[in-house]
Amino acid sequence: MSAYSRFLVPLFLVGCAIFLLIGSLQSALFAQLTVSGLANGGIYASLAVALVLIYRATQVINFAQGAIATFTTYIAWQLMTWGMSYWAAFFLTLGIAFVGGTLLELITIRPVERRGNILTVVIATLGVLILVEGSVGWIWGAEIRFMPSAFPARFIHVRGVAFSLQDLGTIGISVASVVILWVLFRFTKVGLAMRAAAFRPEAARLVGVRVSWMLSLGWGLAAVLGAVAGMMAAASPSVLLQPNMMDGVLIYAFAAAVLGGLESPAGAVVAGLLIGAMLNLLGSYVSWVTPQLLLPTAFVLMLVVLLVKPSGLFGRTQVRRV
Amino acid sequence: MRAKAVVIGLVALAIALIPFVLSDYHRSQGADVAVYAMAILGLNVVTGYTGQISIGHGAFMALGGYTTAILTHDHGWNDIATLPIALIVGFVAGVIVGVPALRFHGAYLALLTFAFALAVPQVAKNYSHFTGGTEGLALPTHSGLWLYGVGWACVAVIYVFTWYLLRGRTGRAFRATRDSAVAAASSGVSLAVYKTFAFGVSAAFAAVAGSIYVLVNNFVNPDVFGLTLSLYILIGAVVAGLGSLWGILVGAAFVQLLPIGLTSSNVISAEGVPVLFGAIVILVMALVPRGSAEVLGIVLGLPNRIRSSHDSSTPHSLEAR
Repeated sequence: MSAYSRFLVPLFLVGCAIFLLIGSLQSALFAQLTVSGLANGGIYASLAVALVLIYRATQVINFAQGAIATFTTYIAWQLMTWGMSYWAAFFLTLGIAFVGGTLLELITIRPVERRGNILTVVIATLGVLILVEGSVGWIWGAEIRFMPSAFPARFIHVRGVAFSLQDLGTIGISVASVVILWVLFRFTKVGLAMRAAAFRPEAARLVGVRVSWMLSLGWGLAAVLGAVAGMMAAASPSVLLQPNMMDGVLIYAFAAAVLGGLESPAGAVVAGLLIGAMLNLLGSYVSWVTPQLLLPTAFVLMLVVLLVKPSGLFGRTQVRRV
Repeated sequence: MRAKAVVIGLVALAIALIPFVLSDYHRSQGADVAVYAMAILGLNVVTGYTGQISIGHGAFMALGGYTTAILTHDHGWNDIATLPIALIVGFVAGVIVGVPALRFHGAYLALLTFAFALAVPQVAKNYSHFTGGTEGLALPTHSGLWLYGVGWACVAVIYVFTWYLLRGRTGRAFRATRDSAVAAASSGVSLAVYKTFAFGVSAAFAAVAGSIYVLVNNFVNPDVFGLTLSLYILIGAVVAGLGSLWGILVGAAFVQLLPIGLTSSNVISAEGVPVLFGAIVILVMALVPRGSAEVLGIVLGLPNRIRSSHDSSTPHSLEAR
């Protein structure tokens, strides 16, 4: 099985890339849809990487990831309403998200994890989802707010194709935040400690890594990525700033994380971008795929991936009996 | 044993007599408690007894609710007659979901059922000529007493059925698959059959709950079955205690009556309820992971067997994958 599947995945990805490229060269509409789809995909990708980050460390899927992103987005909105400039509010929000995410793990997850199992921790993250989403409604109310965008509502024209700056900026920021995270993990001492804590907790503890602190730190970083995704999503035309705005986005991020193999950040990024682009094209070119059916499509995709290739595109195959 | 029978008899008597001292409005709220009791019981069968987590039970409720709504609205059926159909639809849907679920464990199953809960209302929205879309379908109205009676009669039937199911061979097989899949399989328990069956039974209960739910509301649209409903069922099951039948009523009353009580007495605003619920779920998970059943068991001094037999519902049985 592994002999040919090693070539199958790169072949599939190259095929997708060629399909998107040729389509974009053929039709201006296709190119525009691809880019705006990739912008959505960037949002899914950053949220998916946040999920992967926590999954790798604790084998727990953080259902509260979307709600945390929504909460931080409202903080950014509040800061801007108080008169702060976009970028000041953006970076201050990232800082708040980091501290908030770390504290959240400390207060809500750690006491459960101490004596619980996967099921109780998963239910606890659902509790955090209810708590955080409820807090958004409690503090800011249910009405829809308007989230400003970092980028001017202009278009740049390349060979007759109008690319919106908003879309290009979203792709840029999402990819940049993931790359910065990768650098942190790959080239810093804290990153090494975090990888060790996730990979071999016992061994890491023996060499002096504070494993539980690394888990809190992981939640903090995941919250930062979620905040980036939330702020980008709320400024995009397809998502409105309201308490449950990330529910749908979270499903696409789940699909991206699963397609990427759930343990692979690179896989999550590639899968996120791919899902964003493909769903956008599917929704526009295939007449029976209405906006309502995009979310069920993501569900079916997730189901099929898990049935056919549970290790995803980038994951390692694991053997498990019974 | 006798004390247990007395407690059960008293609770049943209380449930039967309560409607006669309530206003008609409060009776229909009592019927809503019955709805949650059925859904929580269903979730408890699959999650508490076979260890397969489901966050998607609102979706099965939607199937039952739409079965009742479409049959009465478009085909002129009597609403009671739709309940067995909803049960069958729910069972079949549960089996269909249960088959792929066999291949997934812990976190993956949680993911898929979560997505399922969000996907089903979207599908209902899309095929609006069939489901009435966001505008929904109206159903015949009933008195609070009728709803209360039908709702709690269903609970009684389902409860007794579940009790018989779980005390015998099937129940042992369920618990065996949960506690150790390897040991169960080597003792000749077919994991595939029992796990799928548990999903079917569980979904069937949720579907009947959905039918009663739309009858109480006398209205159905996709937003009725949103993510919140699935999460509330889970909250109820957590408060009730997974892997035990004792706490079901406590869990159901908790999710349905506590918000009404707190908001009508101005303790907190309606927006504050989810905050409180979320905090309670986390607290329960941190302090008494087996919920009110654990607390009740300690308070009532139930035989240790009942309490300790569920200890095993925890660690090794629910590995990540």
